[in-house]
Amino acid sequence: MAVRVQTADFDVGREIALLRGGDKRVGAVASFIGTVRDVNDDATVSTLTLEHYPGMTEKALEAIVAEAKSRFDIYDALVIHRVGTLVPTDQIVLVVVTGAHRETAFDACRFLMDYLKTRAPFWKKEETPQGVRWVEARASDDEAAARW
Amino acid sequence: MRDTAPTTTLHIVYLARLREAFGTTQERLALAGGAAPTTVADIVALLRQRGGAYATELGAGRAVRVAVNHTMVTQDAVVRPGDELALFPPVTGG
Repeated sequence: MAVRVQTADFDVGREIALLRGGDKRVGAVASFIGTVRDVNDDATVSTLTLEHYPGMTEKALEAIVAEAKSRFDIYDALVIHRVGTLVPTDQIVLVVVTGAHRETAFDACRFLMDYLKTRAPFWKKEETPQGVRWVEARASDDEAAARW
Repeated sequence: MRDTAPTTTLHIVYLARLREAFGTTQERLALAGGAAPTTVADIVALLRQRGGAYATELGAGRAVRVAVNHTMVTQDAVVRPGDELALFPPVTGG
């Protein structure tokens, strides 16, 4: 189990291989990669800057991963979230879950993203032709997290 | 006789939109001691009384989240001397 907050990009293949670590019990690896879109709320986005709360963010991610491990029958989970200024097509977040079967791996992966979206202290600011603006939280994200 | 009433000093941290609106990342807030337990709501009300951006950003209808010592809390949480209280908008990561 690991969480990382970093400015650097990540190599998905390498991270998955490290998490699997040759564990022969693993029969399912589910992953999610969030990337920067060039359009949000009908505006063209040229850059996306992510801010976090050092100390609390890592602690919140660890709590979310621990919660996933207690709720789902999985072997391991990894969350990497980038901060700093990114541009469209850049990778923002990676969630990887290993387990014996796909149902629990898929569910745990989705749970981790839904909880991360509403409970981990990150904030997005986007640059558009109309200026710089903070991204507003979406009610649909709260609804997604409430399903679990 | 000198007034020796204890004071409560809190470390307040502002993040994201609030940091920009208030033009500061953090401050030390000293409160007179001896009163009833101080809650998060009390602190937010005190900051709101400063007016300007504080009144706007912390006003009714504005969603503000609070963490005490890196744990999310509700407005009725009690704060203690030395606590780190962070104020921020709803999170938008992922």
